[in-house]
Amino acid sequence: MKSLRDAMSNGRHVEQSRPWPRCVVDHTSWLRAVREISKGHGDMLSLWSDGADVHMAILDHESLQIGIITIECPDGCYPSGAHMHPPALRFERAIRDIYGLEAEGSSDRRRWLDHGRWGVRRPGAGPRPCAAAGDPYDFLAAENAPLHQIPVGPVHAGVIEPGHFRFSANGEIVVRLEERLGYVHKGVERLMVAAPLERAARLAGRVSGDSTVAYALAFAHTVEAALAIDVPRRAILLRALMAELERIANHVGDIGAICNDASFSLMHTHCGILRERVLRTARTCFGHRLMMDRIVPGGVAADLTPEGERTLRALLSEAGKLIPLFMRLYGDTTSLQDRTVGAGFLRPELATQYGCGGFIGRASGRSFDARRAPGYAPYAEFSFPIGAGSEGDVDARVWVRFDEVRASLVLIEQMLERLPAGPLLTENAPASGETLEGAALVEGFRGDIFAWVRIGATGAVERCHLRDPSWLQWPLLEAAIEGNIVADFPLLNKSFNCSYSGHDL
Amino acid sequence: MREFLIQGLLHQPLTEPAPSADDAAIAEVARALADASRRKLGRSLSIREVDAGSCNGCELEIHALNNAFYDLERFGLRVVASPRHADVLMVTGPVTKNMREALERTYAATPNPKWVVAIGDCAFDGGVFAGSYACLGAVSEAIPVDLHIRGCPPDPIALLKGFIALVDSRI
Ligand code: SF4
Repeated sequence: MKSLRDAMSNGRHVEQSRPWPRCVVDHTSWLRAVREISKGHGDMLSLWSDGADVHMAILDHESLQIGIITIECPDGCYPSGAHMHPPALRFERAIRDIYGLEAEGSSDRRRWLDHGRWGVRRPGAGPRPCAAAGDPYDFLAAENAPLHQIPVGPVHAGVIEPGHFRFSANGEIVVRLEERLGYVHKGVERLMVAAPLERAARLAGRVSGDSTVAYALAFAHTVEAALAIDVPRRAILLRALMAELERIANHVGDIGAICNDASFSLMHTHCGILRERVLRTARTCFGHRLMMDRIVPGGVAADLTPEGERTLRALLSEAGKLIPLFMRLYGDTTSLQDRTVGAGFLRPELATQYGCGGFIGRASGRSFDARRAPGYAPYAEFSFPIGAGSEGDVDARVWVRFDEVRASLVLIEQMLERLPAGPLLTENAPASGETLEGAALVEGFRGDIFAWVRIGATGAVERCHLRDPSWLQWPLLEAAIEGNIVADFPLLNKSFNCSYSGHDL
Repeated sequence: MREFLIQGLLHQPLTEPAPSADDAAIAEVARALADASRRKLGRSLSIREVDAGSCNGCELEIHALNNAFYDLERFGLRVVASPRHADVLMVTGPVTKNMREALERTYAATPNPKWVVAIGDCAFDGGVFAGSYACLGAVSEAIPVDLHIRGCPPDPIALLKGFIALVDSRI
């Protein structure tokens, strides 16, 4: 990406940014970068604010390097890029809600995370008290018969997270879905401000509970990058092992749940049993079923005992036998395939445009996996397949997840083989007295999580930004449902399984 | 599919007590819950779950209650799709302000008599999210709570034990 290279050579470098460079650019360079991204030369990994400036992390397709560009907003505004690159839209709306910074020229001025219930506006930058009665929200209208609208949520029928879906339907066919999210916004970015690292790590691990390992890892990576901490090798492998266990547990559970949404409960039952075994193994190995708070900046907080290792090996061998059976059961059940094949097609162009990560992107031909590139330890030393597909339907997403489960099983096996004895933790260095920044991209089961932290002179967090993969997947669900029947929505939604909490933060 | 069905017929059910400590604990809790629910409820209690801002960790463990190991429904406890069908509301999360009204309306839509179980540390006192501008900080700030089940998240055994306590002492 030329604009990124130019920015990096001409822009003002921020010295303390690691491992990727951050440069302050002007208005023109900012828009040039967005334009090049919109032409497909790079991915917009995230767009966020620290209250004063707005930052954009970019993955350059040519060099596969990541760079962060920053635009200063002394007047409280910056140029909107959403008209060129629609994925920027929701980020821009969220920045306005929290920090009051205006994306000039944005076509959508509706609030996104702020529902008018907080009792304050722009809580991140000199909060202004306001009534908490709730703002009205202008959904896109369904114009003319025979279109009608179906409002769903925020409370849904199942045990799932809250969000609102507004369907415009023509009879049974969905013509348009409009999402309204933000119901589970907890103000995590503000809670991070001035948090000691230990508390910040616990918060990061609770952004999206199903990805607690991936989030804790992403946060730990940012801190370790910022403070230049070397993590002991045993800890690196144990972390990866936990991350792969988490991936397996989620994929297996979700495959069962998808089949259940297609009324095939047999698969759900068997997947539920395997998932439970994975969680129990996690508890035996690391003391917590979801492995919360086991990864900390500097290393890990739990060791794998010989007993844990035996349990883990038993699980690997059992899962290794079961997964092929599940795959056969899934593939041979034609009534199930009837529901999943061709349903919820996500066009590859859209997956690419949004830089859509995880199995959703991979099932639509975008073969990106943060474990490979930009890559992080220990994955470079293992060869592992990443799931791939091009059909882009519910079925393809299921197959990609099966492939990933198999790959993760093999990975864990290899990691156990190479697990050395040794320390688990490198103590964080005492506060350096400088402001330092770190960033990371970690592959959770749902896709790549982008994390960024600024650590202040006292050693506490000054600002932290955590971008869930769902930010770039939720908008695509709106596209994938088009032309499907309303009754298939639960199935499609489950096949995406975006995180509400991770998105709303 | 045939294989799976045959296997299902031949294998011992997973819910049978087994020697491991884990399964023994389930069996014990299960007996107590079955007993209480038979005595007090004639084995029918409908539960509606409301996520009031959880990180979704608590939901994962609530889901686990339905797997073959815990099999909540055998006690006559069912998770239902509408508050209108529910006796118990099971609420997770620190009650985000954006969810407050939805929670209150769900509570209002639940017919009397009704009970509220707040699940997880967040639902108890906001957990790690306490003090945020966006959270009320506890379920009891929004609606009356009959029972708290602590934990982050509480594991399925803790959830089952909580239900025993509810059925035994409150209902
Ligand atoms: S109690 Fe823990 S697991 Fe449950 S919602 Fe809160 S943070 Fe998540």
